[in-house]
Amino acid sequence: MSVFNQSRSRIIRLIFLLTFIVIIAQLFNLQVISGKYSQLAMDNAVFPKIVFPERGIIYDRKGRAILNNTIMHDLMVTPSEVQKTFDTLTFCRMMEMDTADFRKRIIEATIKNGYVRPSVFQSLLTPKMQARFEENSWRFPGFALVERPVRTYPFDVAAHLLGYIGEVDKRDIERSGNFYRMGDYIGKNGLEAYYEKVLMGQRGVQHLIKDNHNRLVGSYENGIFDTAAIAGRGLKTYIDIELQQLAERMLTNKVGAVVAIEPKTGGILAMASGPTFNPNELTGSDKQKNYSRLVLDVASPLLNRAIQGKYEPGSTFKPLGALVALDEGLITPAYGYACFGRYTACGIGKPACTHSNPGHAANLRAATANSCNSYFTQLYRMAVDNSRYGGTKKGYMRWKQYMNAFGLGTRLGIDLPSENSGLIPDTADYNKEYRGSWSSCTNLTLGIGQDKMGATPLQLANAMCIIANRGYYYTPHFVRNIEDETEADTVLMNKFRQKHEVLTHISDDMYQAVIDGMEDVTIYGTATRVRVPGIRICAKTGTAEKYIFMDGKKIKLDDNAMFVCFAPAEDPKIAIAVVVENAGYGGTWGGPIAKALIEKYLNDTLSVATKTQVNDFEKMNRMPRHLKRLQFREDSIRARWYFEKRNDSSYIRPFISQSIAPAKAENPLPLRRDEPAGKQDTRWMAVLHAENYFRNKKAKATV
Amino acid sequence: MSQREPGISKGIDWSLVWVYLLLASIGIMAIFGATYKEGDPVLQTFLNFKTDYSKQLYFFAVSLVLGLFILLTDSKFFSATANLVYAGGILLLLLVFPFHSQVKGTESIIRFGGFQFQPAEFCKICVALALAKYLSRPDTDFTKTRSQLIAAAIVLVPAVLTILQKETGLALVFFAFFLVMYREGLPSAVLVIGFAIAVLVVATLLLEKNTLAFILTGLAIFIAYLMRRQIKRDKSLLVKIIFLWVFCVGLQRFGVPFIFKNVLAKHQVERIYSTIGRDVPEEYLKGVVAPAEPGVKRDNTADYNVKQSKIAIGSGGVLGKGLLKGTQTRYGFVPEQRTDFIFDTIGEGFGFVGSFVLLSIYLLLLFRIVAIAERQRSVFSRCYAYGVASVFFFHIGINIAMTIGLAPVIGIPLPFISYGGTSLLTFTILLFILIRLDADRHMVLR
Repeated sequence: MSVFNQSRSRIIRLIFLLTFIVIIAQLFNLQVISGKYSQLAMDNAVFPKIVFPERGIIYDRKGRAILNNTIMHDLMVTPSEVQKTFDTLTFCRMMEMDTADFRKRIIEATIKNGYVRPSVFQSLLTPKMQARFEENSWRFPGFALVERPVRTYPFDVAAHLLGYIGEVDKRDIERSGNFYRMGDYIGKNGLEAYYEKVLMGQRGVQHLIKDNHNRLVGSYENGIFDTAAIAGRGLKTYIDIELQQLAERMLTNKVGAVVAIEPKTGGILAMASGPTFNPNELTGSDKQKNYSRLVLDVASPLLNRAIQGKYEPGSTFKPLGALVALDEGLITPAYGYACFGRYTACGIGKPACTHSNPGHAANLRAATANSCNSYFTQLYRMAVDNSRYGGTKKGYMRWKQYMNAFGLGTRLGIDLPSENSGLIPDTADYNKEYRGSWSSCTNLTLGIGQDKMGATPLQLANAMCIIANRGYYYTPHFVRNIEDETEADTVLMNKFRQKHEVLTHISDDMYQAVIDGMEDVTIYGTATRVRVPGIRICAKTGTAEKYIFMDGKKIKLDDNAMFVCFAPAEDPKIAIAVVVENAGYGGTWGGPIAKALIEKYLNDTLSVATKTQVNDFEKMNRMPRHLKRLQFREDSIRARWYFEKRNDSSYIRPFISQSIAPAKAENPLPLRRDEPAGKQDTRWMAVLHAENYFRNKKAKATV
Repeated sequence: MSQREPGISKGIDWSLVWVYLLLASIGIMAIFGATYKEGDPVLQTFLNFKTDYSKQLYFFAVSLVLGLFILLTDSKFFSATANLVYAGGILLLLLVFPFHSQVKGTESIIRFGGFQFQPAEFCKICVALALAKYLSRPDTDFTKTRSQLIAAAIVLVPAVLTILQKETGLALVFFAFFLVMYREGLPSAVLVIGFAIAVLVVATLLLEKNTLAFILTGLAIFIAYLMRRQIKRDKSLLVKIIFLWVFCVGLQRFGVPFIFKNVLAKHQVERIYSTIGRDVPEEYLKGVVAPAEPGVKRDNTADYNVKQSKIAIGSGGVLGKGLLKGTQTRYGFVPEQRTDFIFDTIGEGFGFVGSFVLLSIYLLLLFRIVAIAERQRSVFSRCYAYGVASVFFFHIGINIAMTIGLAPVIGIPLPFISYGGTSLLTFTILLFILIRLDADRHMVLR
């Protein structure tokens, strides 16, 4: 029956076969030809977890850890495990938050990491919170503590030079050639940044299996593809942490900087910048809050003035000017200049001189001790107008070469990021300003460390090292050596181990003459208060006039106090530069700091008298008075910006009420003195204008 | 070989039995590979009836017992009761409507005691038997349209009932029986037309409405132009062409959208569009779900499933990762792994070679069944055998094709391998009735 249809059996078989061939072809395509699927499966299931190594520790010269690691705790939440019966109220009371915030955070966690995976509820709990949670953790299922390694600064000092770490940003990632990934930490400043490669160690990778809900369920292939993390190596520095503490203490309530260098090695013993902050503020749970506070402070506590502040050296420059003149053979140590209180050779009677009695500049030694402006102005003019070089401009370039040799006007190459080069102007700068016609009279105050000259405290301290060493220096640096130094480290460190014999061709006699003069400074000169029994200190004071432009006016501020020194004279072990901004006389404000540091470093302790002196000095507030006004202005302008963005008058209200009464009374006197009465600050007017604008708008809205 | 053996084993086709045992074993192994949890004691979990592979093992044992019973049954019983069984099957299908249980996504399951029962699954056997019975009737002349319509009705009634139970996938299986009818003399034109309509439907999904209408019109004009001489002679030809054109454009413009909007569920629409790699057009989403916000990706689970399934199979490579080593199957990336997507376990664990071997076994099975069909003396046995081959073919083809992205995801199991008692029992019964009938292939059954 139906045998006639038997051929159709073959067609049916053909249909079967063709279907199977199509399926097999597709399988061949998926499994053999297309290679992407195994990678996709790996991406699905294998999570390469980065294991972060412990960061290297930084030690001071006596082996004390001054930058260490500690464990803090993140509070993690797994939203799926937080049950309906969860005691939100108790939890919120304990964690000091409101329930709305609690709910918001749970939702954020769910969005960020999913419902079943733990995510951070609150990072870096304060020890108090952590203790509270640990006691009660059994009551709060779904919450758990996770350890987080954090940097800690056991001595609470050296914020500027140690730096801090932070999460990498886009630029860091680009710069590193995608070595870093989002969420990685990187040294953001200071030694943390400069020695990032040494401190960070080597990251490890752990391959973990995750399931379809992104839960980690175990290690992949028993970890045969894993690599272990290698801890970062430590840095042994020259820093004397007690000296550092002392320096920072003495800069309390002052704006300025202190640098102390060991001349024979270039090792930096202490480097302080005021105002400063406690470095631990940038590690814990409040780091964001603290950071914004520091950023908004007009006194710029984040600025490391020791390497970024550019100051006119003032009279502290004079020993260098003397050495140039001596080396050029323009004078002998016996050279004297008849100064009667003013420098008259350029016909303008400037600069003036503190002394007018004849003989105070009878020779180099006396002129140095008395800091005679006329004498050193003369030396500068002689050097620049030296007939040997044929013309002032060529002479000036020769003089500039000397300055660069002393390390001024160039970056020294310290092992910190963002060092300022200071400024020794080029002839081109003067040509531009004076249209090519200028003489040694034009910029004669360069001879006493003013005019356009700018130097960082580090450069000044380094110049002291050159004098103390009689011609050579090592690039100032912090790190003596690196733990388990590798070849790459040696390459990195070699630049700090190389002796720069920049001015060794100047004879020892000439150095001796200058050094003697500097010693006289502390014996009978401008810094007689800087004396430590049994230690011969060579020093030079300086006082530089300061003006700023504020509220459209040029305002004279108090002078910058400058002070440089080294000790002991016969075998210098420490060279110091001190700057205290707008404080006054160099010997008065710089001297005590230097004195205390020398005593502390060389005697390893402070005498009772010095201790009292330090205590008194610490208490003295020399914060420049104009800062208050400046802060008020910046805050009010920012407040107005926010007010306009968010249309909320509460931003500007405090500034307006303040402007009516206390602001005027409280506001700094020096600027009021120069300000014509009744003339108002245009930017400040903007704030008042904003208030009116808001009031009008509100009125309209109510109508 | 078998003729010499006495008793029940007389005439039994052992190759089918061996293939059956082999496939069922592969199935248990695959389910084990898909659901075994690291650290469980293997033997214990195999016996405790708690894990899926343990359950499947017991289902397998039950199936074997059932198979034995079938082999002990007289062949005549099946032909004699075929119509009764069919009537019972339809009754069960109807009973589902008032008594179905609340299982998500389906209304096709009856539950009594601890057991679930899906009449639509069971109905495959009924249809296979009833169709064979009808076609083998001496007074059936299958060249007549009336007979063809009755045969079609036998197949389509349960199919429609199944669709009404929201089991479109299972309903489609019934269409496989057209292969049986084809073998018994259904005009080739029916298959060709069916294929042409399928092409038209796919084209409707792929092409823009007006473009397709334009192409169809162009095609009609072109054909009319080619046949202008014939049309001159016979005007009715033009009418036929116009009628065909109206039908095609109507299907494309109204028929397909009507089915997509009113017949198919949302997930089915999504799956179909996912197979052709398109987003579901807005018009089919209206009334089903609110249109997604601009920029927000629609939650397309069908797409996800197939993608993960392809990753699983593709990552198996040539030789596979080995049983229990596949990350896709071990860590739950493939959904419905133990049932509809069980083939992924083979594909990932044993690679192209393993998949090829499995497909070869299936092809061997199908060819063997066709060969057995052709050696039957009775039409009933032959039709039944073709019915079995068609159902197996449809299940195997669609199931594997959907795991590798060649067919839309319709949840039908892979014979003997997918997890599930009902499906294993159904396929076992189908196969063992065939073995029983084949053992008596010299008899003429009515």
